[in-house]
Amino acid sequence: MIKIDNLVKEFTIRDEHKKRVKHLAVDNLSLEVQDGEIFGLLGPNGAGKTTTIRMLTMEMEPTAGNVVYNGCSIFKDPLSIKKMIGVVPQNINFDNDLTVGENMELHAKLHHMPVTERKRKIAEMLEFVELTHTVNLMPKALSGGMKRRLLIARALVHSPQILFMDEPTVALDPQVRRRIWDLIRALAANGTTVVLTTHYIEEAEALCNRVAIINTGKLIDIDTPESFCNRMGRMAVEWDSPEGRQYKFFDSRKEAAAYAADLEHGAHIRKTNLEDAFIELTGRKEGV
Amino acid sequence: MFYDICTVFWRDWVVLKRRLPKFILSRMVAPMLYLVAFGWGLGRNIQVGSGSYIDFLVPGIMALNSMNISYNSLTPLCTERVYHRSIGEYIIAPMTPSAFLVGKVLAAVLRGLISSAIIMGLAFAFGATLNITVFYIVVLILNCVIFAEVGFFAALSTDSFEELSQVNTYILLPMSFLCGTFFTTAALPDIIRVFIDILPLTHTSYLLRGIATQSPVAWESVAVLVLYAIIGFILGMKAYNNQLK
Ligand SMILES: Nc1ncnc2c1ncn2[C@@H]1O[C@H](COP(=O)(O)OP(=O)(O)OP(=O)(O)O)[C@@H](O)[C@H]1O
Ligand SMILES: [Mg+2]
Repeated sequence: MIKIDNLVKEFTIRDEHKKRVKHLAVDNLSLEVQDGEIFGLLGPNGAGKTTTIRMLTMEMEPTAGNVVYNGCSIFKDPLSIKKMIGVVPQNINFDNDLTVGENMELHAKLHHMPVTERKRKIAEMLEFVELTHTVNLMPKALSGGMKRRLLIARALVHSPQILFMDEPTVALDPQVRRRIWDLIRALAANGTTVVLTTHYIEEAEALCNRVAIINTGKLIDIDTPESFCNRMGRMAVEWDSPEGRQYKFFDSRKEAAAYAADLEHGAHIRKTNLEDAFIELTGRKEGV
Repeated sequence: MFYDICTVFWRDWVVLKRRLPKFILSRMVAPMLYLVAFGWGLGRNIQVGSGSYIDFLVPGIMALNSMNISYNSLTPLCTERVYHRSIGEYIIAPMTPSAFLVGKVLAAVLRGLISSAIIMGLAFAFGATLNITVFYIVVLILNCVIFAEVGFFAALSTDSFEELSQVNTYILLPMSFLCGTFFTTAALPDIIRVFIDILPLTHTSYLLRGIATQSPVAWESVAVLVLYAIIGFILGMKAYNNQLK
């Protein structure tokens, strides 16, 4: 179990007058992630998802607060926690002086994998992301999506118990994305805990047992995707008006249909989805 | 810890191995110029103590060269941190920061020693007569360690290659000329000399020269170098931890 306890991250940045100001990126975040769970961290750009993940993975020190993995604090024994975790970072961060294969090998060596297991696991992961043929290429020779696939493969080489994925499927084609989804489900079924962020709300809906919605560094709400939708009302009516597209939510199809029938222009009735809840909770952006 | 040091070293070795012929060739240029210009050209008219100027010059060149090579072998770490972010792999790995620092420094020492060996070869070809001992190599290693640590600190504390090259321009370049490398610091005005005599490269130059001419060992210089190495280690660790802030 991962217990996040009043986590705070404050950056010092320079404002438009070049004055030093404090910027609160993560603001007293507390939540728990259960073992074997696929947990989604959702929020608009700049909400603090990546900063949170970087603190959880000890790439960055919290300004305040604590993170406890199975009873062990990140301040007490960071190395044994680091052994358990794997990270797919938001930014592509390969060593550009090493080949694809050497990048994988570096990762495996950093995790003290014995030679035979290292070779087998690297081959297996490259095969899975269909990059076996690139083993001797430099990372710069890969396409954007190939690099993303390689990031995922690398994070899994040492079979981590807990996997952090920061926008893992961005820039992937639909076929590959579905395969990555299957992989994530399979990992969770085998007991791996997965914490992921994504802007593809349907991805969170398809994968996550629970999602936390955060905005401006604060936890807004946390629940299962179904509960989020149910709380909104199970059915949505969507129609166009001079002010743009409008939405209204109802508990039953009957109520939704009755409302839609009263509208002058054509309306569309559908099931409420997590994206509706997300937008409702994080606020519509004016002018966007 | 030892395994992690090896891993960090392995990475740098893989990169170096791929460029070894280029590395060796490019490392021959500067020392060759120094030897030609100062050893052959100017040196014929210079008398220092009893020996020839080239015997005086070579330990100085080896000191300044090992400084430059070990410092510059750590500067790519800046781009790896700021642009490629590949340093993130090490930060999230189950490895202590000190293992990372030591691995990086050892790789820099290797580069420093390879280029020192090249100079030694060139120097003998130019007719130098030097007494190279194990202790001579130990001092060279110590010098590499200090300036690799300086490079490590600089690479983790600056945000661009430009700032990094300023360290080169304002610190390393003056040192490479003034720290008893091409002439003894006794020739400098007192105020400057006192300052120059504190710098690590001065101690390396004198130690190397002393060993090469079989003079008694200046143990206080060895102590100063060790002290610099320790301070460099502490500063390196500080810089590493600072970037997690
Ligand atoms: N190193 C940093 N220095 C200063 N401010 C930072 C730093 N990293 C992030 N921030 C700020 O912290 C806030 C949260 O950033 P973060 O990257 O965590 O957002 P995010 O939720 O991951 O957004 P996105 O969906 O765009 O990836 C932003 O306002 C960002 O500008
Ligand atoms: Mg992010």
